[in-house]
Amino acid sequence: MLNFSGRELKPHSPHVLETEGVAKPLLSVRNLEVEFRTSRGLVRAVRDVNFDVAPGEIIALVGESGSGKSVSALSVMGLLPKANSEARGSITFDGRNLLSLNEHEMRTIRGRQISMIFQEPMTSLNPVLTIGLQIIEPLQTHLGLTTAQAEARAIELMSLVGIPDPESRLNSYPHQFSGGMRQRVMIAIGLACNPKLIIADEPTTALDVTIQAQILELMRDLTRKLGISLIIITHNLGIVARYADRVFVMYAGRLVEEGNITRIFETPRHPYTMGLLLSVPRLDQGARSRLNAIEGLPPDPSKEIAGCPFADRCPFRIEICSQPPQLEFTDVGTRSACFRSDEIAEGKLKWRSPQGGGEVVSLPKAKTALVELQQLSKSYWVKKGGIFGRIGEVRAVADLDLQIQAGETLGLVGESGCGKTTVGRLLLAIDKPTRGSIRFDGQDIYQLNKADFARYRHDVQVIFQDPYSSLNPRMTVAQMVEEPMIAHRTERSREARQDRVRSLLDQVGLRPEIAERYPHQLSGGQRQRVGIARALALNPRFIVCDEAVSALDVSIQGQVINLLIDLQKQFDLTYLFIAHDLAVVRHISTRVAVMYLGRLMELASRDELYENPLHPYTRLLLDAAPVPDPELERQRPVRVAPGEIPSPLNPPQGCVFSTRCPLASAECKAQVPQPREVRPGHYVACIKV
Amino acid sequence: MLNYIAYRLLLTIPTLLGAAVITFFLLRVIPGDVVAVKLTGDGAIVSQAVIDAERARLGLDKALIYQFSDWMLGLLQFDMGRSMWTGRPVIVEISQRFWTTFQVALMSTAIGVLIAVPLGTLSALKRGGAIDYATRIFTMAGLSVPGFWVGMLILIWLLQTYGWQPPITTIPFISDPAGNLSQLIWPALAVGYRFSAVLARIIRSTVLEVLGEDYIRTARAKGLVPRIIIGRHALRNALLPAITVIGLEFAFLFGGLVVTEQVFNLNGLGKLFVQAVANRDFIMIQGMVMLFAVIYIFANLVVDLLYAVFDPRIRYGTAEA
Repeated sequence: MLNFSGRELKPHSPHVLETEGVAKPLLSVRNLEVEFRTSRGLVRAVRDVNFDVAPGEIIALVGESGSGKSVSALSVMGLLPKANSEARGSITFDGRNLLSLNEHEMRTIRGRQISMIFQEPMTSLNPVLTIGLQIIEPLQTHLGLTTAQAEARAIELMSLVGIPDPESRLNSYPHQFSGGMRQRVMIAIGLACNPKLIIADEPTTALDVTIQAQILELMRDLTRKLGISLIIITHNLGIVARYADRVFVMYAGRLVEEGNITRIFETPRHPYTMGLLLSVPRLDQGARSRLNAIEGLPPDPSKEIAGCPFADRCPFRIEICSQPPQLEFTDVGTRSACFRSDEIAEGKLKWRSPQGGGEVVSLPKAKTALVELQQLSKSYWVKKGGIFGRIGEVRAVADLDLQIQAGETLGLVGESGCGKTTVGRLLLAIDKPTRGSIRFDGQDIYQLNKADFARYRHDVQVIFQDPYSSLNPRMTVAQMVEEPMIAHRTERSREARQDRVRSLLDQVGLRPEIAERYPHQLSGGQRQRVGIARALALNPRFIVCDEAVSALDVSIQGQVINLLIDLQKQFDLTYLFIAHDLAVVRHISTRVAVMYLGRLMELASRDELYENPLHPYTRLLLDAAPVPDPELERQRPVRVAPGEIPSPLNPPQGCVFSTRCPLASAECKAQVPQPREVRPGHYVACIKV
Repeated sequence: MLNYIAYRLLLTIPTLLGAAVITFFLLRVIPGDVVAVKLTGDGAIVSQAVIDAERARLGLDKALIYQFSDWMLGLLQFDMGRSMWTGRPVIVEISQRFWTTFQVALMSTAIGVLIAVPLGTLSALKRGGAIDYATRIFTMAGLSVPGFWVGMLILIWLLQTYGWQPPITTIPFISDPAGNLSQLIWPALAVGYRFSAVLARIIRSTVLEVLGEDYIRTARAKGLVPRIIIGRHALRNALLPAITVIGLEFAFLFGGLVVTEQVFNLNGLGKLFVQAVANRDFIMIQGMVMLFAVIYIFANLVVDLLYAVFDPRIRYGTAEA
């Protein structure tokens, strides 16, 4: 399907409608410009954006943070802060220009004709009001239903979105629901008044992979069934490939490429889209090469750019790129805002092939275990009620046996509550295990003398997930990188430390002047590099990377992954790479361990695990994660793990996965399955395998 | 919940005990005692024998530990002892004045809340606008101007315009409600103004914070009218921190009305307390400190229970707390 959005085409041009043979668009955005007045001056967040949504269609707006995708959506809803922002252009919905409506008229559209679902289910519902009331509100406001009628409809909606036992949950509060269930409540609110369009802004970013699949399948099924159009805003190209009909790629407030998803994914005609597709680690492909990271950073939104906004980072930049490019039709019927899209089509321009062929990561030759976890268990105790209430045991990690070999990267994956972060904390000796032992270099770390234990802390370092909260806002980069050297007295003189800081910053790809900056003056990717430099400061042997790239944008993520791999080779490091993103883990790891509710489910070498997963949980996890390939996604049956992740306070009897497992039978409840070596090096904790 | 209340009430025992010990012994550190003030305070020359006799009568000659246990044994039987100055039971002295102070504290709190909630909310909603600036001037003035001075202004105005002067005795509410209210409304206004200034600033900032929350965006995305978004979604959350301040300020007023009581010629607890301190009336001071401690503890308990009423996430004594 060709699309027909463009500045040269008038909205509702009969010519377009005839030639394209497409129904009149439900929503048509023309020349949308959004500006924010900020303390740093005028920020043009969205520039000349045009798109249409046909009735019943699913489109995706894709882009990195600051690309203007959420701002575009909020301007459709009229939810931009009035005090300091302005939207111009036209947003025609059902024949009316939403930008010309006053607040009162806009209220009759919001929640009635257009609904919005937000990213954070944890904070998007009012904590002090019941779920029932929050679902009922739009019904009473827009449809004037009585409380009894509205409650009946709310119960209907809750069963529609798959909330069990809706009658009794009407009086529950948001904190009594899991994240996935809260997002179902948000969907119920969105569907309440039978809207024509739903805008979902990163609806599953905060959710676990199996829950993400449940929510997205639900949204697709319901919108298809009810004939509702859907705009999905996401940074996840896999979600786009699996769910969208058309995609609009945004960069620095502009549309850079748009069109049918198959065309865009197979024959991208804009360098940014090409780079983006190359910089995402693929779940369905082993790491044969380095990620083709897009170098540099997105432009500062408060600075005016005359020409192509991507030119600075584009490998194909030529003279003309200092002029602003327009979206033009390409050979495959998509539209790309690149002067050289014809040359791309002819195959003349290719992203330079990744340096250094061969395996990115390889299993270490000699198999010496650097870290050994034996029957490692960690329990937390929580009060279950009253002053005289019982104490409940949460087994965050249960009887974990695991070896990490010198020089390897062990990927540790699992959903929330699986215990992966606890394993990291135990290894860092931040928490003490309840039972079991941790051996480092063959020595039990809790039987070391004081000096050797200090040596252990020296050898084991960490890189945290959130580059925003893991750096002290009142310390400069140099002070932070220097701190471990002072604490461990490795470099005694100030000059030596400063030299070392300089060389560390250089190794992680930061310019020396960064040393005197404070964290708020850095971008997310730069902060993560500072975190890496700090971890390297003591020349450690083992680094725990706890979701080290999850908070970063796709193009930056690729840069940091490449950096981690380079540093590993350079310094002979061993990594424990804790992550929930299966594709990233596949790219970077040599072996992968899968955990669920504190227990090890499966452990195998990287390719073995991804190509031949044996545990039902691993299979469901891999099925649930979408891959950025529309063709493949079409062929792949989507199997969604049913149900919720059980509370670790009250784990299921026997196999902890038995409540959600398609293969489960009575025997599975009988006892906890122990990991068995099914094939050489491939361990599975399942009696059905 | 009942479990929790019982637990909190049990916790008051060590708290009160601690307050009793600290007050008792700190008072004994202060130089001079009630006998010295009473007999020699105005420079009179009194023989040591007379002083000793008076000390013995009041029990001040006994060992501190004996005096303390004597007082504690009394407290256990709800006997707060007798004033060392007037000789009348402490409980009588307090109860004569308690209701006046209680009424002024209650009225000031009501006035403070009634002014602060709409003012703070409006100021946050119109952030940066004329109302916001006016509110900020109003609250800044309320914080910086002493309450008694506002009281004096009110008195002068009443005197000049209506020739009204505060009555010498407090008119009881039961016998003459109108007379009582017309007497106490003025000190309550003077104190309530300061109260509203403190509270309005807090409410302004909490409302501003809550308005930035995701669930407010959700409420707007549902197409709700502003009245419901503000009243139901924002204020329910924004007033939670204000409850703490209201409770603590209310408790503070019992001992904190000293100067205002002076200005408006009210015979209240503040005045009693100041006199007791000036007289070194140890038993009186101790009794009043215990009373203030009890009031603080209960105000805190009520605040915490109110939190549980307004915030479903807080359920004392359950795993979800």
